[in-house]
Amino acid sequence: MKAMNRRKFLKGSLLGGAAASLVSKSRDAGAAATFGGYPDGMGVLVDLTRCIGCRTCEAACNKEQGLPTPAQAFDDMTVLDHKRRTSEGAFTVVNRYDIPGQDHPLFRKIQCNHCNEPACLTSCFVNAYTKTPEGAVIYDPTVCVGCRTCMIACPFYVPAYSYSSVLNPIIRKCIFCHETRLKFGRPPACVEACPREVMTFGKRNDLIKIGHQRIQSYPDLYEDHIYGENEVGGTAWMYLSSTPFDQVGFDTGLGNQPILSYVKEFLTVVPMVLTIWPALFAGFHLLATRKDAQQKKEEKSEI
Amino acid sequence: MKTFIAKGKTPLAAHYNEDKTVKWSMKDKLLLGLSLSEYLAQAFRNPFNWILAVIFTFGGYVTITRFLFGLGYVTHSSYDYPWGLFLGWGLFVMVPLSASGFMLGTTVEVFGRNDFKPIERLALLNGLLGYFFAVMFLQVDLGQPWRLIYPMFVSLGPAAVLFLVAWHVATYLSVQVAELVPAFAEWAAMPKLKTFIKSIILGLTIAGIILSTLHQGALGALFTYAPGKVHPLWLSAPFQWFHFFCSSIFAGLCMLIVVSTICKKTMAWRCDKNFLINLDRLTLGLAKGSTLALITYLVIKIIAIAHDGDWGYLASGWGQWFMLEMGVGVIVPIILFTIAIRNNLAGLARFTALLTVIGIVLNRLNTALITFNWKLYQEIPHWREVTIVITVYALYIVTYRFILYRLPILYTWKKEEDTAS
Repeated sequence: MKAMNRRKFLKGSLLGGAAASLVSKSRDAGAAATFGGYPDGMGVLVDLTRCIGCRTCEAACNKEQGLPTPAQAFDDMTVLDHKRRTSEGAFTVVNRYDIPGQDHPLFRKIQCNHCNEPACLTSCFVNAYTKTPEGAVIYDPTVCVGCRTCMIACPFYVPAYSYSSVLNPIIRKCIFCHETRLKFGRPPACVEACPREVMTFGKRNDLIKIGHQRIQSYPDLYEDHIYGENEVGGTAWMYLSSTPFDQVGFDTGLGNQPILSYVKEFLTVVPMVLTIWPALFAGFHLLATRKDAQQKKEEKSEI
Repeated sequence: MKTFIAKGKTPLAAHYNEDKTVKWSMKDKLLLGLSLSEYLAQAFRNPFNWILAVIFTFGGYVTITRFLFGLGYVTHSSYDYPWGLFLGWGLFVMVPLSASGFMLGTTVEVFGRNDFKPIERLALLNGLLGYFFAVMFLQVDLGQPWRLIYPMFVSLGPAAVLFLVAWHVATYLSVQVAELVPAFAEWAAMPKLKTFIKSIILGLTIAGIILSTLHQGALGALFTYAPGKVHPLWLSAPFQWFHFFCSSIFAGLCMLIVVSTICKKTMAWRCDKNFLINLDRLTLGLAKGSTLALITYLVIKIIAIAHDGDWGYLASGWGQWFMLEMGVGVIVPIILFTIAIRNNLAGLARFTALLTVIGIVLNRLNTALITFNWKLYQEIPHWREVTIVITVYALYIVTYRFILYRLPILYTWKKEEDTAS
């Protein structure tokens, strides 16, 4: 609920409700820390050490979401020879990373990480995105204008855009199978389809514990870090790896602050400019034209 | 037009003809007091119009294909570079170069510097058209342009920076239209309208300052959503809005110098003595304002580097590119402007203004496109994308010229009393 309070505060200040924001500011200033996510939000823990790059998850996603048949079949492993990203036709992709000094490569599945405080959501000026209490970041295509700021904002380069559509281009990304599965408490299609149990579906809070237990049980196998536990304010999808995360394509320089915290510095300026500028510049005007006004007065009194 | 003036024609600048016998009709005003055939003759004689014709024929076709076949046909449909040249040029470059409206509005109406009056209307027009065409560029770029008003009325996301930009640009456009109404009122003979605007001009101007401060800053703040994508030398989260706001000040002033120079060179017949005589003095005045803003900008840029601890990047290739941008666009202009002001060299100030404008173009393109995704690869815009940008920009120039030829922007409308007496 903390986030709700803060969002309300930001709304107030941006709408120019200067008085309202001044009142609510004192109350919410303390609450404006980071939103830790919904307490019962679900998540997925991806264990890279178990993945063999079979692309079953890609196929399952394709079927579940009714995506177009790809140019190369899902059992064609030459696809892995080059790095791919999510696109309008593929909400999840697996990439291969050859690790220097290791005899076998690692595979990493990419999809929307469903951030606790999604940058796409906070950057959207028509409120098309929603973080559901179940943990998914979903998107409403009926209000999207197509400015693509969410694609700029997403630190993981996840949202794709259906540029080819003339009349109804929209953002395309993983929605955690929210409509068909997550809403009913079922794991997403990719998790269910995985033959190697790479992904563990559960409450995000429990997954963090499970992750740390695995690291503790096999300290030689795992890096002592769960990617996504704290990155950009925490994500619902988290990763365990046996090699340093930057070697498997993760951006390790993102920091633990939600993207919104970088924008906040500007947002706090807004109510100040709205309230101070009119008085300040009206004052400048009075000062600058003081002599003219005096002259006019004198002229009048002479008449 | 020069040819006609040589033949004894005077450009239309009053409601009545010189003998006070004929009242000009709207058609006369639109045709600049020429007959239709004369008007067409001068239009065909101008070689620039032939260049425009080529641009519109070819570029117009490409622009239409964008709406027929979608963005995917005219751009590279990049997921990694969702904003291409349409916004990089059309929004991030056009808007700061159009800051002249609120700058000169403030100078004249708020600070009471009436000596800048001869160039105030040109500044206002430069602002209005710049913003209007920034919206045109946005309409080309938006996936679903017919939903432009959604953030206003249908689905509001008020905590987003772009929400602020949308609202402010929309309200500021109406403020700028209102500020230019007097010029239109004089031309169309509607004196009451002018009196009404005059009575609220201070309020309008201050509204303009607020809106400009916030949306110029907001354009910078848009990039604070991508702290990991824009190169750190071009992005400093706490200072970004101020970098963009501060640079828009000299961007607007220098663009005004450039535009006024073009007017003087290409349409001197339309400028009156008041404009031409004062222009050198005003140019140096604008140069003075620009220099102050440039120095502020340079200092705050250095502070931002120090604050973020980005000194190390200066030694890299990106750092050299950054120093080139700062050198050409900021440091050299400061030196040249100072020389120009001290020695009263309006010509040097004009050249420097052009240099500064190039610097600002470079800065905005660097932030939005060139250093964006500096850890990935470089996106080169599709040739169709470039063509559309040139076409829309040509449309901007034509509209600009159309208004300058007619409304009393560069000249003063002759008052009723003068003609009646």
